[in-house]
Amino acid sequence: MDITCDEQSDMLFARVEAERIDAAAALQFKEAMREIAGASGAAHVVLDLSRVEFVDSSGLGAIVAVMKLMGNTKRLDLAGLTPTVDKVFRLTRMDSIFTIHADVADALALHRAG
Amino acid sequence: MNMEAGRSFSFVFLSGESAVRAALKRITGALEDLELTREEIGSAEMVLGEVLNNVVEHAYGAHLSGPIELRGERLTGAVRFRVRDRGTEMPQQSLPRGGLPPMGNSLADLPEGGFGWHLVHSLALDLSYQRADGVNELCLTIPCQDAGGPNSDRVFS
Repeated sequence: MDITCDEQSDMLFARVEAERIDAAAALQFKEAMREIAGASGAAHVVLDLSRVEFVDSSGLGAIVAVMKLMGNTKRLDLAGLTPTVDKVFRLTRMDSIFTIHADVADALALHRAG
Repeated sequence: MNMEAGRSFSFVFLSGESAVRAALKRITGALEDLELTREEIGSAEMVLGEVLNNVVEHAYGAHLSGPIELRGERLTGAVRFRVRDRGTEMPQQSLPRGGLPPMGNSLADLPEGGFGWHLVHSLALDLSYQRADGVNELCLTIPCQDAGGPNSDRVFS
């Protein structure tokens, strides 16, 4: 799965370039994120979902799995949820588990403000 | 004049994960033609994604494949869907219930699955399931506005 990474102010921004994180892509997504998080020293990772139009229950499970594999030493936030993706998080109450930023700029501004 | 009512589409495809993706693309295209809003199409895609992946993963499973037949019919204020397959029947011959999985008390306890039927029950109406002659048949309704908005004149006939 194509994920673009950008490190700024000790934060790692990982933008998913795929339109879908679904049952067919969930495993690839999880493995790609495992590698990315492992290779970076950043303790704060923001998953940018602004290009993702669709996440199903398998994709949602994979995003939770990524948060879990970062353990208690790294933090995973989400940014840029498109309407259908936002709905999946709200309906499953997973919006209460993650810090969700409107977009990457918001996440960065909040981080810089301390 | 409500010429929308009664319009339908149907197709058959062979079970498989990438086949579900292709089927959903076809469904969303058909729903655009039926003039559903983006939000309504998103709900339908979410629900049918869960239902179809369930057929692929559980009714047929990893070692089997078979036909899945999908039909959608535009009704007044709704689209009614019917999904049929020839895989294994639902456990207890009934639909799984819709509750959320337990959140647990720590990061390690967070659920990584069990969300699918909750999404289906949250967004779909009039869910029904029956098994007859080796065929699973699941029906559900996705509510939607009629063309022209909720206040347009409706023709009841």
